[in-house]
Amino acid sequence: MNHLPLIIKREYLTKVKNKSFIIMTFLSPLIMIALIAVVAYLSQLNNDKKRFISVLDETEFLSDVFQNTSNTTYTLLNDLNLEDAKALVKEKNDYGLLHISKVDSIDEVAQNIKFYSEESPSLTVIAGIERKIEKRLREMKLQKDGVSLEQIEASKINIDIAQESFEGQKSSKIDNIIKLAFGGLAGYLLFMFIIIYGNMIMRSVIEEKTSRIIEVIISSVKPIQLMMGKIIGTSLAGVTQFAIWVVLGGVLLTVVSAIFGIDMTQASSQQQELMNQAMQAEGAQAMAESLLNGISNLPILNLVIAFMFFFIGGYLLYSSLYAAIGAAVDNETDTQQFMLPILMPLILAVYVGVFTVIEDPHGTVSTVFSFIPLTSPVVMLMRIPFGVPMWQQVLSLLLLVATFIFAVWFAAKIYRVGILMYGKKPTYKELFKWLKY
Amino acid sequence: MNDLLVADSVSKNFGNFKALNEVSIAVPKGSIFGLLGPNGAGKTTLIRIINQITMPDEGTVQLDGQPLRPEHIRDIGYLPEERGLYKSMKVGEQALYLAQLKGMAKTEAKSRLKYWFEKLEIGDWWNKKIQELSKGQAQKIQFVVTVLHRPKLLIFDEPFSGFDPINANLIKDEILKLRDEGATVIFSTHRMESVEELCDHIALLHKSNKILDGKLNDIKREFKTNTFEVGLQSQNSNSVLAEIKDKFEVLPATFKNLNDDIKLNIKIDESISSNDLLSFLASKAEVHHFVEVIPTANDIFIETVKNN
Repeated sequence: MNHLPLIIKREYLTKVKNKSFIIMTFLSPLIMIALIAVVAYLSQLNNDKKRFISVLDETEFLSDVFQNTSNTTYTLLNDLNLEDAKALVKEKNDYGLLHISKVDSIDEVAQNIKFYSEESPSLTVIAGIERKIEKRLREMKLQKDGVSLEQIEASKINIDIAQESFEGQKSSKIDNIIKLAFGGLAGYLLFMFIIIYGNMIMRSVIEEKTSRIIEVIISSVKPIQLMMGKIIGTSLAGVTQFAIWVVLGGVLLTVVSAIFGIDMTQASSQQQELMNQAMQAEGAQAMAESLLNGISNLPILNLVIAFMFFFIGGYLLYSSLYAAIGAAVDNETDTQQFMLPILMPLILAVYVGVFTVIEDPHGTVSTVFSFIPLTSPVVMLMRIPFGVPMWQQVLSLLLLVATFIFAVWFAAKIYRVGILMYGKKPTYKELFKWLKY
Repeated sequence: MNDLLVADSVSKNFGNFKALNEVSIAVPKGSIFGLLGPNGAGKTTLIRIINQITMPDEGTVQLDGQPLRPEHIRDIGYLPEERGLYKSMKVGEQALYLAQLKGMAKTEAKSRLKYWFEKLEIGDWWNKKIQELSKGQAQKIQFVVTVLHRPKLLIFDEPFSGFDPINANLIKDEILKLRDEGATVIFSTHRMESVEELCDHIALLHKSNKILDGKLNDIKREFKTNTFEVGLQSQNSNSVLAEIKDKFEVLPATFKNLNDDIKLNIKIDESISSNDLLSFLASKAEVHHFVEVIPTANDIFIETVKNN
């Protein structure tokens, strides 16, 4: 008799109708959005602060470098000595005083610039000033050597090495960033999913034990059916929750940014400036084009299919282990000793993904970890956007499926014995004995 | 075939521990079969094997002449000793779910549930959650769920624990009614007074072995010691007592009686009939009380377990 749909339905409905589940489903995006809004608002407050910087330029080489911007106003001081200037700036309560001492030639200017301020100045402010001065000095030096401004302008070259695989697959730097983003997102999603909903499965197995209904159920259905029903039902509830989060999050984000007029995509104007510079260099259109190009260059079909297989495979593998833990213990506090061996490979996978896949997606470490079943779902998902040979994907998937079958067998054994054991705190030795029952 | 369930030399090991050692039982159709034994004797293991929760290492179990198959769970209703329900699920929903797991169609399950809920006067619990009910109330639901799908074989493991006397009686009557309607009942307990009231067959398990089984009356006959409990009244009780003691094996007896007289347990040889004893006693004194001592299930239980 196949009771699987019935069990899935019950598990799903109980989860979805549960009050705390409903509250979390609707509250989490609100909390997240509120958090983002607060952070964005605060950083905007910071950026809105107008800075007044006085400049005492005794060389007069650089006077016209300092153009006012929306949040920085430069005041040029003339005919003052340094001490008077400092006193004046302090009195005006300016952000700081930039002092360029009198020197004979342009070559010495660089060594004679100082910034005086009450508090230590912000790194970005100093970096901005340095950039301005550097540019001007370079131009002046070149001009001194007989290079015209036009020539300097003409000499600016922007290199973006075109990358192409032997098969003719084109890619670029921006492609790699997109690949990283896709891979990282997929891996991280799986990681979160396993942690949140694996725990939920474990708790629901423990609940059946503590409420003692398990023997009634188990006299009607096979333990493995019950276990699979639980895993699938809980996962569907998880997918539902995730979908609501995505939709709700999107809507709220739009609403909030419309209301507060905060452009969430750019956290600070300094970054905006940098972006603008980059954009100007490449041309906004070209940028957008290469972004689109990068996305279309991704092995989309492969990505989607692999994502489904590895996501489902990895999730099922871990959740059957979670179910086994739930069956082995009597209450949640006893789960600690068994959690570590499960979390370790998962965390390891994320670390390997973050630190080695970025560096070298096809290096030995990344490749090996994308085959080891407990880490492969996360690591492989991160590698796939960079193009992984089909045989590797298939082999890794086969290994994953084989391990999953073994894990289900193992979990079902533990489950069958464990769910009927009460009051015994199991040890690993005990679990090993259960396998032979 | 007159036996609904036949277990044939069933053995089960858990690691090095032998939980059942070649246990055979035969449960006749329409009987109430008491599965008795001290704690840890293997009763629950045997019941779990019948319910296909665990598999026997050796031996076979047949239901209605066929080896146990997964489909047979529809024919069995099982009330385990460790029982409970989903606490946060509503009574009606939960009962429907459990009934469907036993293979009932939803509509049929609903109408049968309505019938039982009315019968046990618990109709207004349908939308309550289990955690809002008392333990005894939850047990009633559990009982309904067990019998709902009209199984041929009902297995009750300590069914009366947790019930107050009124509800225990109610459930007992329902069990008897179900038996009269044709169900066969296996009844596992160590509460002997309920065995006395309900069972017509018993099997006694002890330390993983079956040490006794058969019809309760046959077993009692086997265990009776030809002892009679008598109460006599006489003017010269001392001489009467001496005379009886001279002729028969005599033990002191205690029972409640209006008169302060001679109370004895008299054991007689098989060559002597009870009538002979009675007429002998009548000739010596006034007989107020004359009862054959029939061993209770409890006596049999304790004696057998002790001897093994």
